[in-house]
Amino acid sequence: MIVSIEKCHHCGACVGSCPQNAIFLNDLVLVFSEECNRCGRCVKVCPVSAITMER
Amino acid sequence: MKRVEHDVVVVGAGPAGSMTAKWAAQGGADVLMIEKRQEIGSPVRCGEGISKQWLEEVGITVDPKWVAREVRGAKIVSPSGHTFLVDEKNAGNEVGWVVDRVFFDKALARDAARAGADIMLKTSATSLIKEDGKVVGVRAQSYGEPIEIRAKCVVGADGYESQVGRWAGIDTSLTPGDIDTCYQYRLTNIDYDPDYCEFTLGSAAPGGYVWVFPKDEDTANVGIGVQLSKVKTPGDPKMYLDKFIAKNPGLKKGKPLEAVAGAVSICAPLDSVCVDNLLLVGDSARMIDPITGGGISMSCIAGMCAGKVLAKGVKAGDLSMNVLQEYEKAWRDRLENKLWRNWMAKEKLTTLSDEVLDQLVHTLTEVGVEKLSVQNLLAVVKAHHPDLVKEFEDLI
Repeated sequence: MIVSIEKCHHCGACVGSCPQNAIFLNDLVLVFSEECNRCGRCVKVCPVSAITMER
Repeated sequence: MKRVEHDVVVVGAGPAGSMTAKWAAQGGADVLMIEKRQEIGSPVRCGEGISKQWLEEVGITVDPKWVAREVRGAKIVSPSGHTFLVDEKNAGNEVGWVVDRVFFDKALARDAARAGADIMLKTSATSLIKEDGKVVGVRAQSYGEPIEIRAKCVVGADGYESQVGRWAGIDTSLTPGDIDTCYQYRLTNIDYDPDYCEFTLGSAAPGGYVWVFPKDEDTANVGIGVQLSKVKTPGDPKMYLDKFIAKNPGLKKGKPLEAVAGAVSICAPLDSVCVDNLLLVGDSARMIDPITGGGISMSCIAGMCAGKVLAKGVKAGDLSMNVLQEYEKAWRDRLENKLWRNWMAKEKLTTLSDEVLDQLVHTLTEVGVEKLSVQNLLAVVKAHHPDLVKEFEDLI
């Protein structure tokens, strides 16, 4: 997953919505763990489209 | 590694955490509340509209510092622009004030501190400490240093993105239909009616609504929630909100002071929010009104229930489910019916077309409601469009 630091508001919408609990948010960056199965929910839930799935 | 020991550790210093900490400390428990951010109440992730009638019950003293604006009532705007206005005679139940969370959250944390709770900022929980399968505390990073916080009970008040519940094996997972993704601007220099909270329904905000909550004469929180299952393109919430603002001449000239993103759960009540020596409260326990997306009152009420039971459990030397089930019962007695009813109403409302929503708002305009609350609005729907609520008419 690719996160745009310019767009991200650090709001945690993706963290709480992730079915795998694979996203960790500290004050600066979003980190995806190996648990991520690329379901794409974070891409959709992000209110500001800061997350994209790499091909 | 640094180690500390308390009766109770509360993870998160929002309204749910502070109320739990306050009521537990007041009852004699040794409480530590940890907050990952460097400032309680900031950044704000909230529309900031609250009702008033529950504040006394949970022991919150009103302070003008956190009341940004008292509103006279609410306007519910149908998709085609019909407005149902609830004025001051009968308003004030679901929405009464627009608050300033930066001050409100601090006031609640101050109350917790005055009751004797300790507070640590810039401290984020990283995992549970378990011994023989039993929760005995949390590991955390405090100002960048690892710390072990031993406690007889861990309270997860860590919000929408709660980790504590997941670590404890409590199922807090959500389906896309039970998530609203949100965006908000605080707009200033706008022309609008600063005496009413406004809710616009329908396709302007699929599965949710657009809110305009007055902060002062020419400043308001203008925000949107969109049901995740209705998001077509990533970034829809901001796109829909920008579109709504662009169409409204009074808002269009506004300038943003702040942009807020976030998500709320709009789900049915969880099966369980406790395990031995651990409980969840507030957003982390999905205690959000599925119709309004509001959670402050529920957080505070459940926080009070939790705090009282924690104090009792500490005195009794037992914070297993034996005692915590009293919390489970107390919050359910107070909130569960409302959560179920409003979840079922949400399930129905989010399927309605703009035309039907227009009719509903028209009915409300004709009939009126005595006092603004979701329950009263649903009662009108039940009387005039019974087919829309037949699945849950018993709850209305």
